[in-house]
Amino acid sequence: MSLRSPLGRARGLGSAKQGVHHFWVQRVSSAALVPLSLWFVFSVARLHGADYAAVKHWVSAPSVAVALVLFLATLFYHSMLGVQVVIEDYVGHEGARLASLVLSKFVHAILAAASIFAVLKVALG
Amino acid sequence: MSTPSSAPNRPLSPFMLGQYYRFQLTSVLSFLHRLTGVGLSLGAALLALWLIALAGGPWMYAAVARHLTAWYGQVLLFGFTWALMYHLGNGIRHLVWDFGYAFSMKAVYAGGYIVAAASLLLTAAVWALAYAI
Ligand code: HEM
Repeated sequence: MSLRSPLGRARGLGSAKQGVHHFWVQRVSSAALVPLSLWFVFSVARLHGADYAAVKHWVSAPSVAVALVLFLATLFYHSMLGVQVVIEDYVGHEGARLASLVLSKFVHAILAAASIFAVLKVALG
Repeated sequence: MSTPSSAPNRPLSPFMLGQYYRFQLTSVLSFLHRLTGVGLSLGAALLALWLIALAGGPWMYAAVARHLTAWYGQVLLFGFTWALMYHLGNGIRHLVWDFGYAFSMKAVYAGGYIVAAASLLLTAAVWALAYAI
């Protein structure tokens, strides 16, 4: 029997049974980010001193473009999940918490879409 | 008797730090994982800006690259490199814990030292590759 009032439940102040999913996708994205991040950082280090044309040439290689898209998608997903936990921990006021959670999701989605589109534009254009 | 109030009239936690709270490797590394995580999220926005500028053409790219290649940009990128290497190493430590391993005090400290050392070595390797090779 639940001692929670129907209003309490409706406002979502209890388990919505999404914790396990959040935990799991956070771990899966972490595992994927290990090789992707190492690849990215060492590749960009080798681009040191490269001009616009050279960077464009690098991004245009099909294998690089695909790896970049995977990296960006995983990175922004993982970041979105991570920032969500930080907001939930520190923002106490219910309205401010909801607003910052939604804002964080929007910003992450916009940055992910824009950066992936940029890679595709360079690679295909 | 204490009554719950929205503004407690007593010292809050920061005043405990240093004076009454002894720092330990474990708590500092845990805190750094969160700090680097949030820092890297800002770094991800910078990465998006760099790619968008690249797609925007040579003019837009030059406007962004000018700052990234300046000394302050390089310092920032060096910081992001270390943050990523630390967060990555400590993230693997988290994943090992999630599988139920390395929970003894000895293993927790050993893992902490390994991750700290590896983050410095990897950062040095990345920048050696950029500047020396
Ligand atoms: C590439 C850019 C990355 C960004 C922007 C990022 C961002 C974040 C953020 C904001 C958090 C939340 C911090 C917290 O709750 O204290 C987090 C947590 C986490 N990150 Fe990352 N991260 C990145 C890469 C990685 C990598 C490569 C790994 C490798 C294993 C990783 C593993 C983890 C783990 C395991 C957690 C959860 C820690 C916990 O349970 O407290 N992250 N990340």
